[in-house]
Amino acid sequence: MKFSLSWLKTWLDTDASLDEITTALSAIGLEVEGVENKAETLKPFVIAEIVEAVPHPNADKLRVCRVNAGGDERSIVCGAPNARTGLKVVMAPPGAYVPGSGITIKVGEIRGQKSEGMLTSYRELGLEGDADGIIELPADAPVGAHFAQWAGLDEPVIEIAITPNRGDALAVRGIARDLAAAGLGRLKPFTAPAIQAEGASAIVWKNEFPEACPWVLGRTVRGVKNGPSPAWLQQRLESIGLRPINTLVDITNFFTYDLGRPLHVFDIKKLSSNTLTLRRGQEGDVFPGLHGKEIRPGAEDCVIADAAGAQSLAGITGGEGTGCDDATTEVFIECALFDRVKIAQTGQRSGIFSDARQRFERGIDSQALPEFLDAATAMVLQLCGGTASGVTEAGARPEWTREARLRFERIRSFGGSEITASEAVSSLERLGFAVQAQDEHSVTVAVPSWRNDVAQPQALDQAPDLPGAQAAAEGAAEIEPEVDLIEEVLRLKGLDAIPALSLPNAAVVPAPILTAKQARTALARRVLAARGMLDCVTFSFTDDAACALFGDTPESLRLANPIAADLNQMRPTPLVTLCQAGARNVARGFGAFGLFEIGPAYAADRSQALVAAGLRVGETPLSALAPARRYDALDAKADALAVLAALGVPLDAVTTSAGGPDYYHPGQSGALMQGPKTVLARFGTLHPSLCAKLDLPLGSVAFEILLDAIPEPKKRKKAAPALPPFQPLRRDFAFLVPETTPAETVLRAAKGAERNLISGVALFDRYQGKGVPEGMVSLAIAVTLQPAEKSLTDAEIEAVCAKIVAEVGKKAGGTLRG
Amino acid sequence: MLGDDLKSLLDGALREIGTADAEGLEALRVSLLGKNGSVTTLLKSLGGMDPEARKAAGTQINLLKTQITDAISARRATLDEAALAARLAAERIDVTQPPRPEPQGAIHPLSRTTEEIAAIFGAMGFAIKDGPDIESDWNNFSALNIPAHHPARAMMDTFYLTAQPNERPAVLRTHTSPVQIRTMLNERPPIRIIVPGRTFRADHDATHSPMFHQCEGLVIEEGITLAHLKGCLSDFLSAFFGVPNLPVRLRASYFPFTEPSMEVDIGWSRKTGEIGGGTDWLEIGGSGMVHPNVLANCGIDPRKYQGFAFGVGLERITMLKHGINDLRLFYESDVRWLRHYGFSPLTPASLHEGI
Repeated sequence: MKFSLSWLKTWLDTDASLDEITTALSAIGLEVEGVENKAETLKPFVIAEIVEAVPHPNADKLRVCRVNAGGDERSIVCGAPNARTGLKVVMAPPGAYVPGSGITIKVGEIRGQKSEGMLTSYRELGLEGDADGIIELPADAPVGAHFAQWAGLDEPVIEIAITPNRGDALAVRGIARDLAAAGLGRLKPFTAPAIQAEGASAIVWKNEFPEACPWVLGRTVRGVKNGPSPAWLQQRLESIGLRPINTLVDITNFFTYDLGRPLHVFDIKKLSSNTLTLRRGQEGDVFPGLHGKEIRPGAEDCVIADAAGAQSLAGITGGEGTGCDDATTEVFIECALFDRVKIAQTGQRSGIFSDARQRFERGIDSQALPEFLDAATAMVLQLCGGTASGVTEAGARPEWTREARLRFERIRSFGGSEITASEAVSSLERLGFAVQAQDEHSVTVAVPSWRNDVAQPQALDQAPDLPGAQAAAEGAAEIEPEVDLIEEVLRLKGLDAIPALSLPNAAVVPAPILTAKQARTALARRVLAARGMLDCVTFSFTDDAACALFGDTPESLRLANPIAADLNQMRPTPLVTLCQAGARNVARGFGAFGLFEIGPAYAADRSQALVAAGLRVGETPLSALAPARRYDALDAKADALAVLAALGVPLDAVTTSAGGPDYYHPGQSGALMQGPKTVLARFGTLHPSLCAKLDLPLGSVAFEILLDAIPEPKKRKKAAPALPPFQPLRRDFAFLVPETTPAETVLRAAKGAERNLISGVALFDRYQGKGVPEGMVSLAIAVTLQPAEKSLTDAEIEAVCAKIVAEVGKKAGGTLRG
Repeated sequence: MLGDDLKSLLDGALREIGTADAEGLEALRVSLLGKNGSVTTLLKSLGGMDPEARKAAGTQINLLKTQITDAISARRATLDEAALAARLAAERIDVTQPPRPEPQGAIHPLSRTTEEIAAIFGAMGFAIKDGPDIESDWNNFSALNIPAHHPARAMMDTFYLTAQPNERPAVLRTHTSPVQIRTMLNERPPIRIIVPGRTFRADHDATHSPMFHQCEGLVIEEGITLAHLKGCLSDFLSAFFGVPNLPVRLRASYFPFTEPSMEVDIGWSRKTGEIGGGTDWLEIGGSGMVHPNVLANCGIDPRKYQGFAFGVGLERITMLKHGINDLRLFYESDVRWLRHYGFSPLTPASLHEGI
């Protein structure tokens, strides 16, 4: 919502400075978004006259204009179709910066004709308005004058953000009322002018859709003379970026902003009947809207129709076919009250954002329709002449009896504020609330009809089968209006004055607050970062083609309204977007890194799982001390195991099963399992065709730790450790096994051979080649024996070794290598 | 006094010992002091002498033996020292070369901010809640006093998922507020929670990302007033930015789910970017007393319980705290940016170490 300082002062009697006004506006909830003085940016632009416009000798679409801007005549080449002899225009001299197009004007030649300036359009000046042609000023515009000054743009224009509750502040008068209530002056009274009406309205209303339009008024004015509106009105509108159109239309726009009262004017001669019907949209209704596009209303939309069909989308926009133009001599002024919800719904369906919609959907003053219609009529009579008819109406003034009660004690016990009862009452009165009853404990006020947002009828949407629903609903009905009043009192009297009170804390030493899962997530993040990987945050959605490489792309996870085609599918695993992030780094020339993300994976049933995904690309860092080597699947396994270990998973119980989802290399991937069914993590080399499609280097490795699957470690105190005084001893074995035998099988067999003695088994060599038969592999393991009771005799050691060999033979088919 | 024979033996031995290398020295020791060495032989000859002569010769020969033994020991020490020095010289390495590299990982600034928030609110008795990113229309809007026709819905640029037949379209939550609803439906007051998490809005430019993070706060207890809201936010913001008594200003605004509603501003200097300095104000979040309708929608009687809620943008406070100026790079995963702004995993956020 924009308004100029002078416009504000037509309603607010104040000595306050611009600074004081803007500070107050922001404090009371009318947040200032900007203050601009157009005269500063439009200083070089002057009013000029086209003395003569002739076709350009060398270009069909250009004209060469002799232009008088107060000094010497100059030649300007202009491409606008409306550049014509005698037109008053806005000229940019050489050196002027044109804000709307970002260029600086220079003297030049255009196809052989000299051009010493530019004739500008509204768009080029950064103003609202027609971009098709140059600005057409009225004939009385003074040549040589500064355009911005003449147009009334030489003053501060304040733009404020209007929150969805404050329909009343979409009016300059409403803003003035708030400022006056905040102590910045006095609100000037509004008095409806008396209209000398003659005869009945030639157009009458018929209301077939009272749910959408409870009350509608109108009257005709005959014998009007339309045309450009007077300078003051044009300046008012231009100052806030509205393009003047003609007097009748400008009057409706003026009242939309001045009083927050949208109006519409029909040219009676363009109507095909003398009855205007408010009804639901129906099959065949189609008309061009004032916004330049075709409108096809539906059955839930309210239209205003004549005998020929719908002519206006009620409360949103009028139709081009029945609007007023310079030839209009008979006008019908519409002044209606539309249902907020219906307007909001029609607005959403049609996608039209109009000043009228903005006001109706927030709620306008439901009572003052006759007074505001009279105000508009008076201005029409004053500016266009003519004779006004009596008022025609349909429906009835809606009942408005809202009351709200404020218990003064609640200002402190809810609002935390020390504002006194008398201050509170005085604030409310200045906002237009009328005291109905007051005692030392409370005040009851009548809510003014322009404050739709206060003490609204209850609109709950309670959860089904809710215990205590009835009492809660009664409580809300009782409390809500009072909270509305507290809000008004607090915003006017300063939220600043409220003291800051720290929350009462029951415990001096706070208890830990993270749930086990939250704590483990933080720990997993630290473990992976400590292993040299970089913590990433990537989008939850990406393109469905990339998601398809990692599995299914169910419709249920497809965005209905993606912001871009490549952000249209919820990812099945964070690995999708992590791989894309990896590819971006590779494309930037970084080829060796580790990335991870702990984030959501989405399933077709729209459930969400927390996954720690990691990606390693390229080689270990260069060093003279150790040769660089490519990261491989077992690096990814190490990352996953490190996290599992840190999260308290007993690794003895974790087994590795070979293979994994299709996006991994089938021969270089695996899953870390707890028991036969629970997958804790997946790891492996990424499938080469996936790498090719995602522009990742071949051989990149990845892991996915399914954090939700990891059981909470049992909270048990550890038993005292066995610390036998006997030295451990090591025995090495080399077993020949079929090459498909998992090493884990051999290691588990060896370890299980004598549980009480064997404290560790390590694989330290894996050999295929000379001396090892085709299809076999030699696995060398070191077994650590830890005697517990006494030193072992040679015979005892021999016995354990024999057991190990026997177990590996039995469980893994291994034979001791000769 | 040694006799001439012995003297010449000694002189000869000492000369040779003085120039011997390790091997020669051992040979000398054997030839002089060994079982059949010349000095040993002399000692053995004492047995054939009469007592008088044995005494005199014994003294001389033993003196000879001592001097030779000492000379050998001294020479050996010299040789050992030289040998050690030579070995050490040969074992020199280039200590200026870099050690085996260990890639350094880092914690993302948003993860860090989340940890810090948890630490601070944890000290104030809050629990952390999370909820799903894909939400029902009711949890995200209706329960929060935003009915279907409400202009605020259109303002939120909501992402919808493709609707299945006969279902209301699910939304990507536009704020973390649905977790307020989930919590109030499942727990009874007193409630103190924060909800850091992902949020989504269909907006993409230099200052908006279609996915971003918020942290919601909710306190529902008897006797909680707007003054507690102000105190709680002041306590949090002062601790988070490390500025004692950080100026915090509440400014009237509107959100459907709170009443009164307020924007939260902190003091800063627009010129230097210093938080808590200067005379300018910077908006960092929204807040308010929980709307009675929201309480009632969750079955809580607003006559009995009241409280406040707030929300801050995690990217925003992270950018402010660390002077990061481009929002888009948070999600780009550029390894250079991650290393530059990332945090060490070995210094998790803790109040006693300072955050």
